[in-house]
Amino acid sequence: MTLRQPPLAAVHEDGGAKLTDFGGWEMPVEFDSIRTEHEAVRESVGRFDVSHMGQLAVTGPDAGRLTNRLVTNDVSDLDPGEANYAAITDESGVMLDDTVVYRPPEAWSVDADYLVVPNAGHDAEMFDRWTAHRDEWGLDATVDNRTEDLAMVAVQGPDAGDRLGAETDVDVGELSRFEATVADVAGVETLLARTGYTGEPGFELIASADDAEALWTAVDCQPCGLGARDTLRLEMGFLLSGQDFHPDDDPRNPYEANVDFAVDLDSEFVGRDALEGVDVEGVDEQLRGVELVDRGVPREGYAVTTADGEPLGTVTSGTMSPTLGHGIALAYLPTECEPGETVRVEVRGEPKKARITVPPFLS
Amino acid sequence: MSFEIPEDLRYLDSHEWARVDEGHARVGISEFAQDELGDVVFVELPAEGATVTAGEDFGVVESIKAVSDIYAPVSGTVTAVNDALTETPELVNDDPYGDGWLLEVDLDDESELDDLLGPDAYADQIA
Repeated sequence: MTLRQPPLAAVHEDGGAKLTDFGGWEMPVEFDSIRTEHEAVRESVGRFDVSHMGQLAVTGPDAGRLTNRLVTNDVSDLDPGEANYAAITDESGVMLDDTVVYRPPEAWSVDADYLVVPNAGHDAEMFDRWTAHRDEWGLDATVDNRTEDLAMVAVQGPDAGDRLGAETDVDVGELSRFEATVADVAGVETLLARTGYTGEPGFELIASADDAEALWTAVDCQPCGLGARDTLRLEMGFLLSGQDFHPDDDPRNPYEANVDFAVDLDSEFVGRDALEGVDVEGVDEQLRGVELVDRGVPREGYAVTTADGEPLGTVTSGTMSPTLGHGIALAYLPTECEPGETVRVEVRGEPKKARITVPPFLS
Repeated sequence: MSFEIPEDLRYLDSHEWARVDEGHARVGISEFAQDELGDVVFVELPAEGATVTAGEDFGVVESIKAVSDIYAPVSGTVTAVNDALTETPELVNDDPYGDGWLLEVDLDDESELDDLLGPDAYADQIA
C-alpha cells in the first residue's frame, strides 16, 4: 500500500526527520531526539506536523443535526468559534474513534459549518459514516473529505502563545481552551484553535495544504515528531485511537476509557441508549495508569498482574516517561483495583513492581 | 548522514561491534545502531561469569520508542559489564564506542572473528 504523504513531506526530508508509517501516512517520528523534543514542549515550545489528522467539512441546513447524532457530546449548541471533544460510538456504545468537532467562524474561507477531525486513517471511514447516516435519515447536508487539501500544524508548550503571537495580529492569549478563530499567521489564513494533545498550553492551526510550508516556517521552533507526541500525550493519559481502544481488537466504551465527560446523555446520538445502560450499571474495567517502581519500560501488550501473578489486564500504551524518568503505562484493569495498589508488569517475562494510579501521570 | 565506523573494530550485521585484544573483546553497539534506536533509557545485560554465544542475543537495549535485542559478535565468558549504564544508559547514545560499551568477554574461539565484518564491509551494509 502506498503511504499518504503530508504536504510538508519534502520539508521534513530536508530537515533530516526519521519517518514512520502511522495510520497509513508517512510521518516524522523524530527530528532530533524524542527527549529533546519532549523537553522543548514541556519547558518552552515545539511544533508538530499533524496533517495526518482527518478533516471532514460538513455544510448545509442539517450539518449540525447530522454531526450531533454521530458524536457522544452535544455539539448542537456550539457557537461559531467553539469546539468540543467527543467520541464516535456505534449502536452498542463501542468507541470507533474520538474527535474534535469545530464550529468554524464564518470568516473562514473553507466552506464548513462543522469541521470534524477524526484520527489518522479514519477519514474515509468517517466520511462514509456521515454520508450513509445522512442518506438514511434523509438530512440535507454536504460532507466533504478535506483531509488531503488541508494541513494541520500544532504549536505546543508554555511559550506557544508568545511564539505564535509574534506571527499574528490575533491576541492568542485571549483564546480559551477549545476556542477557535480565523487568524492571519505570517500571511497565511488559518483556523487557529486553542487545542492540543500534549497537556501544555498550545494551539492547532489548520490551513490550505498549499500554505503548509509557509505556515510551518512561520512558526519556527523545535520540530517534534510522533515519538514525542506519544510520550507527551501518554504522560497526560490522553487516549490514542486504535491503540487504547479499537472497535475490533479491544472494544471499549467511553466510560471504560475515562472519557465519559464527553458523553451527553441528553443528546440523541448513535450509541446513546447503550451508554445510558452503562451509565446506570457501571463498568467492570476501567483505564488506569500504571507507574513502574522497578526499572523497566512497559510496552503495549505486556501483562499486568497481581503480586501473586494473577492476570489483571494488558498494557495498551506504555513508555519511559521523559519527564518522570520511570516507566508509565495505560491498562484496562478491574474497577476493584484501587489506585495506590501495588501490582506487577511482566517485562519480557520478568515481573516488575508497579503502582496503579489515576492518569494524568503529571500533576 | 554519515556514521563513525572505527577502523580497529569488527562488526556484526546486527550492528554490534567487538574490539579484540589478546583473547579478550569489548562489545558494544555501533553509532548507526544508537541513532536508529534514539534515546536509550534501559540496558539489560548478563552478569559477570555468564556465557554468551556468537550470533545469539544476550540482552536488550531499550530506547523510548523501541526494544532491541543485542547479539553477541563472539562466544565466551563475560568478564565485565558496564555498570555505568544502569544509572546513565544514555552513554550508549553519547559515546557508543567509548563509555557506552556494554560488556567484556574472554573469547572461546578466536577463529570466530573471521566471520565478523570489517569496517568497510559494515559501512557498505548501512549505506
